[in-house]
Amino acid sequence: MTHISTGEAFAFWILGSIAVIGALGMVLSRNAVHSALWLVVTMLCLGFLYVVNSAPFLGAVQIIVYTGAIMMLFLFVLMLVGRDATDSLIETLRGQRVAAILLGVGFAILIGTGLARSLGHVPVAGLATVNRDGNVPGIAKLLFTRYVFAFEVTSALLITAAVGAMVLAHVERAKGEAVGQLHRMTERFRPGNYPGPKAGPGVYANTMSVAAPARLPDGNGSERSISPILPVRELTARESAPKGTEK
Amino acid sequence: MRPEYYLVLAAILFTIGAAGVLVRRNAIVLFMCIELMLNAANLALVVFSRINGTLDGQVMAFFVMVVAAAEVVIGLAIIMSIFRTRRSASVDDANLLKY
Repeated sequence: MTHISTGEAFAFWILGSIAVIGALGMVLSRNAVHSALWLVVTMLCLGFLYVVNSAPFLGAVQIIVYTGAIMMLFLFVLMLVGRDATDSLIETLRGQRVAAILLGVGFAILIGTGLARSLGHVPVAGLATVNRDGNVPGIAKLLFTRYVFAFEVTSALLITAAVGAMVLAHVERAKGEAVGQLHRMTERFRPGNYPGPKAGPGVYANTMSVAAPARLPDGNGSERSISPILPVRELTARESAPKGTEK
Repeated sequence: MRPEYYLVLAAILFTIGAAGVLVRRNAIVLFMCIELMLNAANLALVVFSRINGTLDGQVMAFFVMVVAAAEVVIGLAIIMSIFRTRRSASVDDANLLKY
């Protein structure tokens, strides 16, 4: 079973290079969302490599759990935390990046040569005999006999993680912070506050942008009609010039 | 080609993840790098299982996946609570205990 087919070699070189490209893209891309998508690419490739390595169950679990659940959780949190939270370019420790890259390359060489020298002539047993009845029954047999205690402890771990996440993400609101309707009403009708709903941003003949404020009766734009998170943007002369679409 | 090539690939991926942890500042990207390192370890475990001819390595990789899922849930919750109090996901900004 030491023989490895040409097809597997092809799969290894293609999937392996895509996985490395994905990993590099994850580390090097400035935008955190792009990092997450690159990591999805790497994880998908690894899932296929598991299948190639006669671990179809783990391949399926990899795709379901990692690319499905965990990466979506990452993207969810990225959207909550603000996807424009890019890296600061200030180095707190001088020369840390260069040192990290040098250390990384050195580490890779160390592990790579160590593996190549020590494992160069190890015979490969292959999984054909243990996977005789199928991969999933084989794993189940081990999981529910030899590793049954670890399996049960795992369930405790997952429950603890779920409770911990709920505790950490929960926002405790003090009793005094609850706002009653009476308070809200006085706030709404206090002098200086306009009690009606805010005007919607403008939809005009020449723009359909939410950044175009609604017009007040005197012709000025109403600041209240546009969202405060919209960036203030100065139009260039070319952008604000008539587009030739007006009648 | 030999199955050891997979181990070299796992080493490369692990190294990229470790370097990413050292280089990046965004806490969420740091977490992704940690996930990459866990994945590389999983690949090594799967290949070890194949070399040894037993399924124990695959069971280990399965447990690593479970622990990684729990770790991600807790870690992201911590990052969110830090972001809520400090309005920043950069690990350089959480330096209140520095001096």
